[in-house]
Amino acid sequence: MRVTRDFSHYVRDAGGGVQHIDLAVEGVHCAGCMAKIEGGLSAIPDVTLARVNLTDRRVALEWKAGTLDPGSFIDRLEELGYKAYPFETESAEAAEVAESRFLLRCLGVAAFATMNVMMLSIPVWSGNASDMLPEQRDFFHWLSALIALPAAAYAGQPFFRSAWRALSAKTTNMDVPISIGVILALGMSVVETIHHAEHAYFDAAIMLLTFLLVGRFLDQNMRRRTRAVAGNLAALKAETAAKFIGPDEISQVPVAAINPGDIVLLRPGERCAVDGTVIEGRSEIDQSLITGETLYVTAEQGTPVYAGSMNISGTLRVRVSAASEATLLAEITRLLDNALAARSHYMRLADRASRLYAPVVHATALLTILGWVIAGASWHDAIVTGVAVLIITCPCALGLAIPTVQTVASGAMFKAGVLLNAGDAIERLAEADHVIFDKTGTLTLPELEVMNAADIPADIFELAGRLALSSHHPVAAAVALAAGAKSPMVGAVEESGQGVRATVDGVELRLGRPSFCGAEMLVGGAALDPEASIVAFSKGPAQFILSVRQGLRPDAQAVIAALKARNIGIEILSGDREPAVKAAADALGIPEWRAGVTPADKIARIEELKQRGAKVLMVGDGMNDAPSLAAAHVSMSPISAAHLSQATADLVFLGRPLAPVVAAIDAARKALHLMRQNLWLAIGYNVLAVPVAISGVVTPLIAAAAMSGSSILVMLNSLRARSASREIV
Amino acid sequence: MEILVILVPLALMLGGAGLVAFLWSLRSGQYDDLDGAAWRAIADDEPPQEAPVKR
Repeated sequence: MRVTRDFSHYVRDAGGGVQHIDLAVEGVHCAGCMAKIEGGLSAIPDVTLARVNLTDRRVALEWKAGTLDPGSFIDRLEELGYKAYPFETESAEAAEVAESRFLLRCLGVAAFATMNVMMLSIPVWSGNASDMLPEQRDFFHWLSALIALPAAAYAGQPFFRSAWRALSAKTTNMDVPISIGVILALGMSVVETIHHAEHAYFDAAIMLLTFLLVGRFLDQNMRRRTRAVAGNLAALKAETAAKFIGPDEISQVPVAAINPGDIVLLRPGERCAVDGTVIEGRSEIDQSLITGETLYVTAEQGTPVYAGSMNISGTLRVRVSAASEATLLAEITRLLDNALAARSHYMRLADRASRLYAPVVHATALLTILGWVIAGASWHDAIVTGVAVLIITCPCALGLAIPTVQTVASGAMFKAGVLLNAGDAIERLAEADHVIFDKTGTLTLPELEVMNAADIPADIFELAGRLALSSHHPVAAAVALAAGAKSPMVGAVEESGQGVRATVDGVELRLGRPSFCGAEMLVGGAALDPEASIVAFSKGPAQFILSVRQGLRPDAQAVIAALKARNIGIEILSGDREPAVKAAADALGIPEWRAGVTPADKIARIEELKQRGAKVLMVGDGMNDAPSLAAAHVSMSPISAAHLSQATADLVFLGRPLAPVVAAIDAARKALHLMRQNLWLAIGYNVLAVPVAISGVVTPLIAAAAMSGSSILVMLNSLRARSASREIV
Repeated sequence: MEILVILVPLALMLGGAGLVAFLWSLRSGQYDDLDGAAWRAIADDEPPQEAPVKR
């Protein structure tokens, strides 16, 4: 059977007879790598562009159309020592990039305007004290207006839009008082300038926008980086399938290029990338990523298979079905939709603060105006004072209080291996007081491990590992990995469904089913783990057995202990069988566990805990966990999780250890503490500044100084979130 | 104070030039790879396709 690779799905036409592809590359982290890759790729004739993006770990390649096969770039990078995969920008990431650029452009405009308005304001401030002519002052005010008004109209867009959206939905958010403050300050300044008045607030209004845009941009940039990493990880998983393009010809194509009705080949040891039905062949499949059940299922003609299933023994032909046709998937999708619809609309801390803040401030301004009128001031003076109150209380520090902490904290989490999917995940995670773990793939590692490697002589284990390289069986792959085997044996023969054998120096070696190696006696005698798969290895007459299973994550015990020390309730809800769950629960010292739980049961349990007032953190990876991830107060998934779960979870953690769960909780708690502290700082500043404003002695100079002072204070305080993720367990 | 007639437009023009330069640098993608740019600045030689040697 001929196999070809087809990357045409990722290639796009860059115009002028040039084709373009983006590759995600693993392991690029320095200038040396960059020069090596760019040099190595541009040495290929007809390549017109090879440029590494070190921030996003990607390579952009362009070449003359029709001259080169994209696969050859991947081979070339392989020779250079880098693993590369074609990469397709998700629409979510493209939107983040566009938003990030827009904010940067707004920030540039606002910063330019602030600098120039300040340049005009300082002479006015000092001139008011000395000898500036009123005509000169008016001229400077008009110039300021000329710069500030168009700049604010452009750079204020993110705030005005968001405020308008909130008002249309009959709610308020932080952007409503910001927008009102900016518009009133500018409007009053124009009126004052027309009337040749002494004070105008163009500088304060535009400076406010600049400070707030800094906060917005930093927040957005962190989110963009997280998306880029998530996008690369998705590309590095290299989800491809072997599609039949002729009766006896298959092509390795990306999953995105596969349509319902196509027929794909699923070989032993491969993970299925599509949903479909078996039309030919017989095999055992591991559906633990779908159902949590670790026992293998027999697949034959007519059996539905789901993306994420691992094929164990035989070769299968699968007809791809549209996602909704598969019954299990339909049930999970229905539960997920319900859970998403019922997901309590969590109100973010910033919005809660602004809901209290806006009416108080606006009422104060109104009372100030009325108070001054009653006290005998003219309407004009009273309104000017009232607007001054709004300007001085304009929530600059309040607007920065949360995004700055969020940026610093998500940076710290990023370093600890946690990616944020949801903007308000930090706040919700900080409140979690009960953790529900899924077992398979979450507390345990998704890969298989050899449990009794220490009991076997090292030279024997090495031989078994080398022999295992000749088999596609996942259990054999685990043995090969554990033994660190590199060189396969010459002349090894795989007997389908039995094992592999080879003859070395006249001694026959066999690895496979115990019966294949004549080791049934050993298996019968040993007290074995009910979850483990047993493989036997024989070298001539000597026989050994290897017990292979999904091991617990290396630091699971320490993490559970650390969670207990933080007074967080822990339980296991698993779709797996009782003995397997019990063994894991006992090993970790978790008294509360349930086995054989369906997705609906998981949701019921979460609802029950919610009724009792617990804030549940759900940690799970299987497709069966997706509805409960959505139903929980906050949720986390390992990066190895099923697509649906990963997309639903609020946070995603990388790597083998479970420690990121604790690190994320710690970082979130510290961040929430700092957010609250920042809000109090901002309120404290207002309490001091408002009486001054009400008394009517505020000048634009005082407003500008107070605004920048409080903003810098809040930003500095936010930086304290950096050290959050150091001490973990 | 007639000097203002020259100084103020001059200051605004300089500021405007700065803004245009910033918008241009943003559009030409100079902020897309900040980590890489930091290293490129100290790299010994540019990759050949970027600095074609002409004699």
